[in-house]
Amino acid sequence: MAIPAGAPPGAATREVTLDNGLKVLVREEHTAPLASVWCWYRVGSKDERPGLTGVSHWVEHMNFKGTTNIPRDQVKGIIEQFGGSWNGYTWIDQTTYLETATRDALDRMLFIEAERMARCLYDPEDCESERTVIISELQGGENDPDQLLDQELTAAAFKAHPYRHPTIGWLSDLQTMSRDDLYGYYRKYYIPNNATLVIVGDVDTDAALANVERRFGALAAGPEPDRIRTVEPEQSGERRVTIRKEGTAAYLRVGYHAPAASDPRFAPALLLDAVLTGAKGVNLWSSFRGVPPQRTARLYRALVDTGLASFVSGAMLPTEQPFLYTVSATATDGMALASVEAALLEELDRVRAAGITPSELDRAKTQLHAQLVFDADSVTNVAHQLGYFETIGGRQLFDDLPRAIHATTLEDVAAVAGSMLTVSNRTIGWYDPTNA
Amino acid sequence: MSLPSVSHGLAPVRTVLPNGVAVIAKDTRKTAAVTINVALRAGSIGDPPGLDGATFLLSRVIDRGTTTRSADDIAEALESRGVSLSVGVTRHVFSVSCTCLSADFPEVFAVLSDIIRHPRVPETELRTRKGEVATGLRQDEDNPAVRASDALMAQLYGATHPYGRPAKGTLDTVDRLSPNDLLNVHRAGFVPGATSVVIVGAVSTSHAVEVVHAGLGSWHASQGPAIPLPAPERARSRRRHVISMMNKAQADIAYGFTTMTRHDPDYYAFSLLNNVFGQYALGGRLGDSIRERQGMAYYVYSSFDANVAPGPLVVRAGVSGANVDRAIASIDEEIAVLVREGPTAKEHKESTDYLIGSLPRSLETNAGIAHFLQTAEFFGLGMNHDLELPGLLRAVTFDQIKEVATRYLDPGVATVVVAGPYADTQD
Repeated sequence: MAIPAGAPPGAATREVTLDNGLKVLVREEHTAPLASVWCWYRVGSKDERPGLTGVSHWVEHMNFKGTTNIPRDQVKGIIEQFGGSWNGYTWIDQTTYLETATRDALDRMLFIEAERMARCLYDPEDCESERTVIISELQGGENDPDQLLDQELTAAAFKAHPYRHPTIGWLSDLQTMSRDDLYGYYRKYYIPNNATLVIVGDVDTDAALANVERRFGALAAGPEPDRIRTVEPEQSGERRVTIRKEGTAAYLRVGYHAPAASDPRFAPALLLDAVLTGAKGVNLWSSFRGVPPQRTARLYRALVDTGLASFVSGAMLPTEQPFLYTVSATATDGMALASVEAALLEELDRVRAAGITPSELDRAKTQLHAQLVFDADSVTNVAHQLGYFETIGGRQLFDDLPRAIHATTLEDVAAVAGSMLTVSNRTIGWYDPTNA
Repeated sequence: MSLPSVSHGLAPVRTVLPNGVAVIAKDTRKTAAVTINVALRAGSIGDPPGLDGATFLLSRVIDRGTTTRSADDIAEALESRGVSLSVGVTRHVFSVSCTCLSADFPEVFAVLSDIIRHPRVPETELRTRKGEVATGLRQDEDNPAVRASDALMAQLYGATHPYGRPAKGTLDTVDRLSPNDLLNVHRAGFVPGATSVVIVGAVSTSHAVEVVHAGLGSWHASQGPAIPLPAPERARSRRRHVISMMNKAQADIAYGFTTMTRHDPDYYAFSLLNNVFGQYALGGRLGDSIRERQGMAYYVYSSFDANVAPGPLVVRAGVSGANVDRAIASIDEEIAVLVREGPTAKEHKESTDYLIGSLPRSLETNAGIAHFLQTAEFFGLGMNHDLELPGLLRAVTFDQIKEVATRYLDPGVATVVVAGPYADTQD
């Protein structure tokens, strides 16, 4: 098995690749009697073609519905009996599954993930039943005006790249997709050489690796999935989208095409966002559950402290390919969206023209450093970060992030602000309620 | 000050300062960080008559200036250290919490102490925060999930009961609140004897207690009169309330009963009942029926909030307008079967194992430990509650679970609220 690959001497994470191509990352953390297992697949909504939007996410749902060796009626409780939780999520670049439970459940967790990789059932009745569950999930999202605006803005910002369609999919595709579509997609992407298995917790690395080999070693590799190669053309002019629907609050969202996680401009862009809206960290599983330290952030002061907006946030997310930097604001009741937009764009123009100050850079670095510490507080979070970054470009990106943040200069931030926050690179979205 | 400790399990140090502030400290070394969780028994039940939302608005403005620090001073002191303060209000508790790097703990706690003891409520800050709260209330008006949940509480407890009143207030009450109103709320509820401070993280327990003493040890204020909290009258017939929101894509159902207090001897039996009914795995029996077998909902679950006064059992589901009646009928059916037959032996064992086995997971992070210890302190469960909990759950019998199901769950007296694209045809 086991071709040791590239882990630096003394690194806390052991990296091994099985003969079938499955990459395995193991990190011992003995702070609690727990273990977290995540299995990551390099497949997300960016891999979907027209007519099959939402298939990655639907496949994720189907992969909780029984396997050859885990009958449907035994799925319930299979990890809960160890006090554990399990879950999964799908986004633009990835689909992932996790279990966190007491350490004695490690073999059970590996068994579940090995089964999921190769032996899910896709019973036709279950596929039909899940169709309505997923449509219910889509409709629940549509109840939220801010989410609806995000979907419309993203679709407008990208005209060619598959990042343009929502991970949940378009309704007509969800209504027409077949069981064979789902199963074919599953078989194409759920292969060991398209996956990364991460184990973090109160485990013995050698024993865990032996167990991984036993559970996964016999699974056959598959042909490398073909990928959509479309590159989004450079945006050549400002775009606008306005939703006019019944509602009680007005929302503004501005999106700029932004650097991917592997781009040297990513760390400067993170720092720029921290100065504008407060530092969030880079853990999609945990960083965005609370309010960031943003009272000293430029856009908070320009929009919220002035009473124009009741809320402002920014999102500079690590992605495999260039995605969007978005800034969102909710207009204070009675405030015109045009006024909120004018104040927001004025601040962005200012930072594009003049950059940030040394004290702002220092504060942003401190905040991001603290967030990286806070986000490493559980085996689940640590395992998430290893797998997430490995899937979108290599875990070295995450390991190097503190150094990249530390090394970022005022000029680096000014350069990314100057190139990213331009008029021709942005899409502006309004949710303008008809009866507010 | 004495520093007694329990010798197994979490084994936090608990002490009470001479002025009545309870301090609970737990030294962990997971990361170079410390979680601070301050709880004051000064929740929204303390809103003065006619001023619903006063405590909530105080929570939005309390960290916007003290007698010696401006809002900018506070923001600078916290954010230059990467700290974001979380201020929250429940019916009974006003909480101030954050996580900071260990090295910053004394300075950060000093700022928190000042915020808690000496808020100033500047007029300009209040005006801005009122705008935020008003916008939030307007957003809630357009949110079927919030509308259904709030309406259920008002139906279950009545519009004047502290659990039934709107905790965030209304556009009218929020608009009328003055700085003095908020400072009066602060004066009445923020007292050392009603305060507990939990410190968890990479700091020695003795240092944690010293820092808390430095910040809050000189604080003196007397407890006001207790707020009357009558037991709600239990429903005698089925109630149904529909909030039509035809512009929405999905309807939210909130379905519930009033139940028991946290100190009820049947609390653990009801916890197991709730887990079997609407929690275990993907939503217990409710999830099996409404999501897994019938494919009607992305989410369906029950929650149980035993409290100082008898709290509710609430079922929540999000379904299409066309499936509302079917989903409600399914909830009725699952209750009827559970009352008639009780849980199966397998369900009883699984839920017991789960609630016990999930304890290490809930106590993994500093914030998780702090939350657990604050709950134990609030309800007087003891600092060894983590050790006692497994035995309390294991002692629950099948008969006890069936008995509490029979006593509290009856579709004939359920209160049902629907908000969303649905027009009631039953009225």
